[in-house]
Amino acid sequence: MRNRVQIVVFITLALFIFSVWQLWPPFDVKDSTGNVIQKGKIKLGLDLQGGMYLKMEVDAKSLPPNVKLEEAVSRALEILRNRIDALGVAEPIIQREGDRFIVVQLPGIKDTERALNVIGKTAMLEFKLVDENTKISDITDNEGNTIASKMPEDVYVLKNKEGERMVLSKKQTVTGADLVDAKVQIGDYGAPIVWFKLSPEGGRKFAEITGDNVGRRLAIILDDTIYSAPVIKTRISGGEGIIEGNFTIDEAKDLALVLRAGALPAPVNIINKNVIGPSLGADSISKGKKAIIIGALLAVLYMAFYYRVSGLIADFALIFNLLFVLGIMCALNATLTLPGIAGLTLTLGMAVDANVLIFERIREELRTGKTIRAAIDAGYNRAIWTIIDSHVTSLITAAILFQFGTGPVRGFAVTLFWGLVVSLYTAFFITQAVFEMRKQYTSLSI
Amino acid sequence: MIEIVKNTKIKFLSARKFAYIFSICLVSLGLFAIYRISAGKANMGLDFTGGISLQIKFSEHVTTDKIRAVMDKLGYNASLQKVGVETENIYLIRAMLKDSSTAGSEEITKALKKELNDENLEILEENVIGPVVSAQLKQKALYAVFFAAIGILVYIWIRFQFKFAVAATIATIHDVLTILGIMVLLGKEVDILMITALMTIAGYSLTDMVVVFDRIRENMRNILKEPFESIINRSINEVLGRTINTSLTTILVSVSLYLFGGDVLHNFALAITLGIIVGTYSSWFVASAIIFDWDNYEKKRKLAAGANVR
Repeated sequence: MRNRVQIVVFITLALFIFSVWQLWPPFDVKDSTGNVIQKGKIKLGLDLQGGMYLKMEVDAKSLPPNVKLEEAVSRALEILRNRIDALGVAEPIIQREGDRFIVVQLPGIKDTERALNVIGKTAMLEFKLVDENTKISDITDNEGNTIASKMPEDVYVLKNKEGERMVLSKKQTVTGADLVDAKVQIGDYGAPIVWFKLSPEGGRKFAEITGDNVGRRLAIILDDTIYSAPVIKTRISGGEGIIEGNFTIDEAKDLALVLRAGALPAPVNIINKNVIGPSLGADSISKGKKAIIIGALLAVLYMAFYYRVSGLIADFALIFNLLFVLGIMCALNATLTLPGIAGLTLTLGMAVDANVLIFERIREELRTGKTIRAAIDAGYNRAIWTIIDSHVTSLITAAILFQFGTGPVRGFAVTLFWGLVVSLYTAFFITQAVFEMRKQYTSLSI
Repeated sequence: MIEIVKNTKIKFLSARKFAYIFSICLVSLGLFAIYRISAGKANMGLDFTGGISLQIKFSEHVTTDKIRAVMDKLGYNASLQKVGVETENIYLIRAMLKDSSTAGSEEITKALKKELNDENLEILEENVIGPVVSAQLKQKALYAVFFAAIGILVYIWIRFQFKFAVAATIATIHDVLTILGIMVLLGKEVDILMITALMTIAGYSLTDMVVVFDRIRENMRNILKEPFESIINRSINEVLGRTINTSLTTILVSVSLYLFGGDVLHNFALAITLGIIVGTYSSWFVASAIIFDWDNYEKKRKLAAGANVR
């Protein structure tokens, strides 16, 4: 038995060191000016640190017939990753979910409007010749809708930024896929423009088309909107060009960014957006901390008051419990959310339960006139199955919540699950080891 | 040694007639809540209905009427609620989406900034859930409840005899329905977090029953002479100290969550706190009563069968 105590002390000490090492410092360490000097080890969920969560659906209906959904989603993921990297967000999460959904999490992002513009844009760049032979008034009705029967087969209609319609030839020319670089420049009138460069292959195609169609207008189209339609004055070789469109400097920068990162293979629709402002997150953290500290304090005081020295032993185990769970969560890189804090607080109550069961049992055994040694043995032996039974039901709930929960609820499931596991450990090993040593006492404070 | 309860001999089973009536009322409340939810009359959270929710802190005092005017102009039938401290101008704006796109929230913030002349309003939280996602969340919630029920049932049925397993199942359903009923009656929002609370309550109330059942089982083995009724009463009394202590400490932490945990956890903590109380009640008065009456019924039938033979 002496041996067993030593093993428990050793393991617990190792776990303690491991947890502290994993956990320290738990939250961001800031200098006097508020800059983060050392990042906190606890990974906070978006609900606690603020940020943006987006769930997007890749529009399967708009896929070209030769592209498989699977490939399109993978490609979209890669492009979104490039775009988000270019935005400079720290620790973004970009994941695939199901067959056609993509989840993006951007912790701590401030300018959400800009991020949305960069992420949500398909950025499909096309160049199409304007068809001057077909008059827009001939193929549209009074309300401006195109009449299918009057449409020549090789043309289609798009609007420009001002809402004006133009007839375009369907003939495929160069697209954004041929683009190798894009940059912001300042144009002739001081307005920002986007300069782009095509690949050698694309450049050759571009030269060919412009050479063949001097005097015609070439529309520059981004995501089915005509940005400009300049007249081709001469054959353009060298594969360079510009996009004008009354951009602000930021719009131009973002356009260049998405053009460089590449077009999404199909449009993505944002189907779930959750933005949590940094002040709300900070508020939640401080409230969560307060709740857990007060809750833990009340539980600790109650135990010490009711079970005296034994209660203090349980309290000691309780603090270990909290430390181990947070340590394990850091080691597993699990996310702490506000419901997660609630889970942590609740498991404190459940960890107390294991000890209460044991103590009550020992008290009962003492009442029947057993010696301290026998009462402790009997208490542990009899309480063990009750404790396992009572923990397993909650463990099942936690596992299923983890499987089916999203975001914050998952955080709850994680803390609940590990809280219960650790509570089993602390009750059966830590407090038991202490009681093992108390067996030789002549009176037991319980 | 401090003892809340000392050598109690409360006859829990004697109160079972009242308990049954009381519990039937509680369960009816829950069934009524389910009816209201399925009829779309309950206060369902954004998770399940989809839509727009914006929590905005305006830089200056603003009236609900003014916000409503902006929302009406945009064509949203919005629900408005002032939240937080009186001196802070924080409003919660809720509206359904006009179409399946989630672009509505930008339109609203832009209009609010312009029409109310408040360029510096702070968006504390913005949540937009499209129909695809709300349908997914609904399905996931149903799956979660279903599988949790199966998982817990299987475990209980492995570990306990048939009668005990059925009684535990009924009592757990009783607890969950009761809390759902109370929450819906209070007009609290039924969202994912509420479902999470209900599942946690299920796990917790089983814990209480398991402790009592374990003791009944043990006493059935050790004390052969006593009638079943007194074994059950004795068992509940023997673990009374434990039940009260555990429930008390857990309530201490859940009440502290309720008081200090902030708005998000408010309903969650309330549900858990009530769940602990109802769970304790049902482990004393409902679960064991069912086992006892079932056992009685079986014995009577056996006797009757025996009498017929004679």
